[in-house]
Amino acid sequence: MAEEKVVKVKEKKVANPEEVTIDPATKQMLKRAQELGIETVFDRAENLKPCNIGIQGTCCKNCAMGPCRLPLTKSVTEGEDDRKGLCGATPNTIAARNFARMVASGAAAHSDHGRSVAEVFLSVARKETKDYKIKDEGKLLAIAPHFGVETTVEVDGKIMDRSIDEIALEVAEKAYAEWGKPEGELYYLKRAPQPLYERWKKLGELPRNIDREIVEIMHRTHMGVDQDYKNLIKQCTRASLGDGWGGSMIATDLQDVMFGTPSPLQSEANLGIMKTDQVNIIIHGHEPILSEMIVAASQTKEMLDYAKTKGAKGIQLGGICCTGNEILQRHGVPPAGNFLQQELAIVTGACDAMVVDVQCVFQNLANVAKCFHTKLITTHRIAKMEQDNVIHIQFDEHHAMEDAKRIVRLAIDNFPNRKNVMIPKHKAVQIAGFGVESIQYHLGGTFRGSYYTLNDNIINGRIRGIAGVVGCNNARTKHNEQHIVLVKELIKNDVIVLSTGCNGITCAMEGLLSPETAQVFCGPGLAEVCETVGIPPVLHMGSCVDNSRILLAATEVVKAGGLGKDICDLPAAGAAPEWMSEKAISIGQYFVASGVYTLFGLMLPVDGAPVFQNYLFKEVEKIYGGKWDVEPDPIKMAQKMIAHIDKKRKALGIDKARERVLMDMEARRQLEA
Amino acid sequence: MSRLVAFAAIQGGYNIVSKVEGKYKKALETYSATTKVGFPNTAYYLPVIYSILGMKVETLEDIKKPLDFARKLLPPHVKGKHHLPYLGPLLDAGMAALFAFEIEEALRYLEQPNFYFTSEEVDVDAGKIWLGAADDTVFRKRGVEFVDGTAPGFAAIVGAAPDPETAKMIVEDYQRRNLYIFLAANQNGTTVAQQLIKAGVQIGWNTRIVPFGPDISSAIFALGFANRAAMAFGGIKAGDYKKMLHYNKDRIFAFVNALGDVNAEWAAAAAGCVNWGFPTIADTDIPEILPTGICTYEHVVANIAHKDMVQKSVEIRGLKVSVSTIDIPCSFGPAYEGERVRGPELIAEMGGGKTQCTELVKMAEMSEIEDGKVTVVGPDIDSVKPGTRLPLGIFVQVAGREFQTDFEPILERQIHHLVNYIQGVMHIGQRDIAWVRVGKGAVDKGFTLKHIGVVLHAKFHQDFKKIVDKVQVTLYTNKEDVDKLTTRARAEYRTRDERVEKMTDEAVETYYSCTLCQSFAPNHVCTVSPERTGLCGAYNWMDCKASFEINPTGPNQPIEKGECIDPVLGQWKGVNDFVFKASRGAVKQYNFYSMLKDPMTTCGCCECIAALLPSCNGIMTVNRDYTGDTPCGMKFTTLAGVMGGGASSPGFVGHSKFNITQRKFVNGDGGFLRLVWMPKILKEEIKERIMKRGAELGYPNLYDMIADETVGITEDQIRPFLEEKGHPALSLPPIIS
Repeated sequence: MAEEKVVKVKEKKVANPEEVTIDPATKQMLKRAQELGIETVFDRAENLKPCNIGIQGTCCKNCAMGPCRLPLTKSVTEGEDDRKGLCGATPNTIAARNFARMVASGAAAHSDHGRSVAEVFLSVARKETKDYKIKDEGKLLAIAPHFGVETTVEVDGKIMDRSIDEIALEVAEKAYAEWGKPEGELYYLKRAPQPLYERWKKLGELPRNIDREIVEIMHRTHMGVDQDYKNLIKQCTRASLGDGWGGSMIATDLQDVMFGTPSPLQSEANLGIMKTDQVNIIIHGHEPILSEMIVAASQTKEMLDYAKTKGAKGIQLGGICCTGNEILQRHGVPPAGNFLQQELAIVTGACDAMVVDVQCVFQNLANVAKCFHTKLITTHRIAKMEQDNVIHIQFDEHHAMEDAKRIVRLAIDNFPNRKNVMIPKHKAVQIAGFGVESIQYHLGGTFRGSYYTLNDNIINGRIRGIAGVVGCNNARTKHNEQHIVLVKELIKNDVIVLSTGCNGITCAMEGLLSPETAQVFCGPGLAEVCETVGIPPVLHMGSCVDNSRILLAATEVVKAGGLGKDICDLPAAGAAPEWMSEKAISIGQYFVASGVYTLFGLMLPVDGAPVFQNYLFKEVEKIYGGKWDVEPDPIKMAQKMIAHIDKKRKALGIDKARERVLMDMEARRQLEA
Repeated sequence: MSRLVAFAAIQGGYNIVSKVEGKYKKALETYSATTKVGFPNTAYYLPVIYSILGMKVETLEDIKKPLDFARKLLPPHVKGKHHLPYLGPLLDAGMAALFAFEIEEALRYLEQPNFYFTSEEVDVDAGKIWLGAADDTVFRKRGVEFVDGTAPGFAAIVGAAPDPETAKMIVEDYQRRNLYIFLAANQNGTTVAQQLIKAGVQIGWNTRIVPFGPDISSAIFALGFANRAAMAFGGIKAGDYKKMLHYNKDRIFAFVNALGDVNAEWAAAAAGCVNWGFPTIADTDIPEILPTGICTYEHVVANIAHKDMVQKSVEIRGLKVSVSTIDIPCSFGPAYEGERVRGPELIAEMGGGKTQCTELVKMAEMSEIEDGKVTVVGPDIDSVKPGTRLPLGIFVQVAGREFQTDFEPILERQIHHLVNYIQGVMHIGQRDIAWVRVGKGAVDKGFTLKHIGVVLHAKFHQDFKKIVDKVQVTLYTNKEDVDKLTTRARAEYRTRDERVEKMTDEAVETYYSCTLCQSFAPNHVCTVSPERTGLCGAYNWMDCKASFEINPTGPNQPIEKGECIDPVLGQWKGVNDFVFKASRGAVKQYNFYSMLKDPMTTCGCCECIAALLPSCNGIMTVNRDYTGDTPCGMKFTTLAGVMGGGASSPGFVGHSKFNITQRKFVNGDGGFLRLVWMPKILKEEIKERIMKRGAELGYPNLYDMIADETVGITEDQIRPFLEEKGHPALSLPPIIS
């Protein structure tokens, strides 16, 4: 009677498009996917719940005596906490080790990206590639001194400019050595405000080189090594500083040198940027080494003409995730969407090729691509996929243009194979491309450009403070909602927002990166400043390695004066409301260690170790001036950030309305020289 | 809406640069490329371009570089609602416009050499009312007033008021607050300058109302003035635009008043001025820019009623000015100091050779006088016929617990400018050669001689409250009273002069610092000793002593001179320590009596500059008013440029005119007998003292041995003269060993 036995097959749930996102284009594509029977991340989130113990951070699988699972249960909270792993590891040790490994992975991802850039730059400096060049000599000259590279040379007692080639080579070699130099400390640490650098030095937490600190985390978190959560966090700081003030910052700088330093430009965002009558190539991933070359290739007459022969009117590029931000800020190439929209870009049926490199790429893209004509092309030797419909074209900087053209041609060839096209209309105009340099320029022009203009308006209270809002999307939250609610609440309270990564794309999709939104969503003070400078209230500063730009912008604010001596004195706070990636943890740690109050949405996998959690959320503030916090509710998150900003304003003595000081001659004589 | 301002100003920037490019092209077709261009008598080239960009424009072809720079500076236009940021571009467009304006004015000087009247005063009858760029003599003379605070700032007024009366009201209000008023541009052909003339207001540098020119481009002269002050007194190097503009923002309290409709060109000019931290306050409904940052407070404020214009402007710029409220029927303030009372307006005249006019301040016992009592003994002028001449004796008695007889001459010297400060009254000279003229304007308002007493009483109390408790003034207009006072006064003058004459550096333990000009020259600090009077000529040791008594925390602080390090060069430990601190570490030591070894610094507002003439084995000195060439190869203004801003420059030293004949003058380098050249005008001015000092040194005819520009303006030219006259410098030991 075996036949009678009814096997209960759990029916797969599908996501309700109205409930899982606030973005109309996403809703439309999600419905479309469901109609076509295509599963996406939104549906999988309905069926696969996160692990209850993993989410607490107290599952240890670092040796084969485990995995040891140490959940914080009701009985534990009520009684004495005597949870231990087989080796005796406490919940604090386990959560801290897991946390540290996330820092290691995140720092590794950013820094390996940086390494690739440094390698390409070294090829450029050695003149081994003709496809990449030095585009911004000014930026090279600006960063050279930070590597201890002279930009002038004495010839017969006269100071002369040194040749750019020579400078480039020395910078390239020194930069590349940052990953593995045997002695000393990272060059860029001294770019931080002096008291901050001194603090790290005093703590003994100056990273020695980028790789070593990551390796050391892996060692320390091996079974039976570092079993003191405080000591582990010190190492997290070293590795994360090696990311923020090391790998990421070098990546940003050398990318600017090779591809240009961003300045404000107009673009659009969201799936609506894809075109029915053009070849759509979606570039997804993180390193601009690839995307820059695709942009260049797709603009050649050869490719454009070839596209015409296939019936396309042109070639439309669109970005997803941070490689999209890279080509957005330098070329105005519009992002087609953020992290959670990657599958949906294919669901439009109009994606002729999706080209990916590293990080944040769903393996499920291959499954979705199978349902359409889309060619999914992996390009990086470290990032391949097992599915057989994925094409691998390894990208090599020595013949980059050739590779790029091959990819573009593949997309063009694929254009006639489209069927079932449905591109959402939704897109919004955005102004992006705010770098440290361009912000300075726009705060006063060639002659008076200075962060002091910003500081002055913080001091006079028009701007309450500065928030860095960054990070990913997460299918465990309503797509984009936390980002947008948080950002709107901040700007409503006159807090100016610096954005990177998928937050930048999200804000763009919602129209928050357009200057006219300032008048709609901002408090009166911020609106007035935005109107004066002509900026949106949210400044898109680039990709996730470009969080280094936020560090440097904060440093410039400190240097401009009037707001304290260190980053931790600033009326500022950071947030990653929809974080999901380990990179976010590394970013969070370097912001905390740089003095920033940093809030994460959703959760942080440390709940299972209350002592360790308390250390991160309270104790570290005494060490670094910054600390961690978690707040799933975006309104409360904004309130916490604003409360912190107000606390800092009070400490600076700028919590009251500024008086108009009328100067007489006596007062003028007292001025500092 | 800043966007509208940006839109207009960027458009304006393009218009202006294009227009000037056209004019430049035409000029190149007319004149050869090597034709000299520039503003009259200045060592600062086209001062805005020179100071900001470090580019020297001397010939027509030199214009290309800054003009190309201006073109490149022009930003993209502001487009649509999804525009790019525009604040930086707006300020750049403004700067481009200003560079173009300066070039436009240079071309005007070339093409219409008589367009501007190179003078401090206008000639209304001849229709010459536009003065153009201030030359360096005017700039230095007036600059000193900015430095010492007599002029707290300037208002640049562009356009025209709705009527002459309004123009007069605004401008006179600024005058009362001691500001300079720079006028430029027109509103449909009407200018404030013309309106003021119509309303009977005297304009010109003397009354602080300076009509630069009838076009908006002439507003550039105001900025050229400001930037030269920064270079000359602030020691800011040409091309260091960041420091230059911050100096202006922090220390030069200037702003723009836009009267009438604001067009794109005005918007560009206003945007340019924001780079300096100079805001614009307008009487029309233009878009405002209120957030702060580039300027100290608001950037553009609109719709200000004319009656509030002055108060609002001063507040927006963050300037504190005090208005002297003195109970007299006329306006009162430094702005009226240079005003003239000419023949046709003259009602009464006292002194000036025709009648005797004498002034005397004497200390009195507290019980002896009644504070505030002003008596006119003899006829007053309220009932006289126009053109009346009277003798006048101004006798001021002062009592105070802290008062000393040494302060008498200091207060007495105030009479000159205090009487001059009265609108419609002119005062010349001092002591027994004073000369007072009263004009119709003053008498019509009800001015009488009694008011001179009211002014002196009020101002002595205001300015010297620490040492003055009671002031009583008696004005004599009967000949016999005046003669009696004169006899007494002359005896007093003699006693005083002898006392000052006898005072030596050795005799006192305390010198005084003078940091009056640190508002402008933050690294400069003067030390004043009895035999080294202040190099600006305004302060001697006694003045500083009094100033300290009056204001113990003020700019004049006592310095215990301490151990003498070198009596010949004049160096003391106490002074060095003080100077090191007060110059914020910039100057470690200096000598009082040497120009060759660590000479004293100057802010640039010195009356004279002495320079080494090696092949004459001597030195020369040149005064600020002399604009010609000198044997050291540099004009005064170039010299001042070399050494201003608080730097110690061996081979040069700033000093006062009076110091030349003081006994310690360049003693460390051989003394007064080294002096081989000076301008004729200066030589004549101090002739008596030169002869006296020469005689003291055994050369009664030294006056005739000193060369001037009539002898030559190079060392080669004057050397034979010195040999012929047997100038003692030639037989002194070599000046450079």
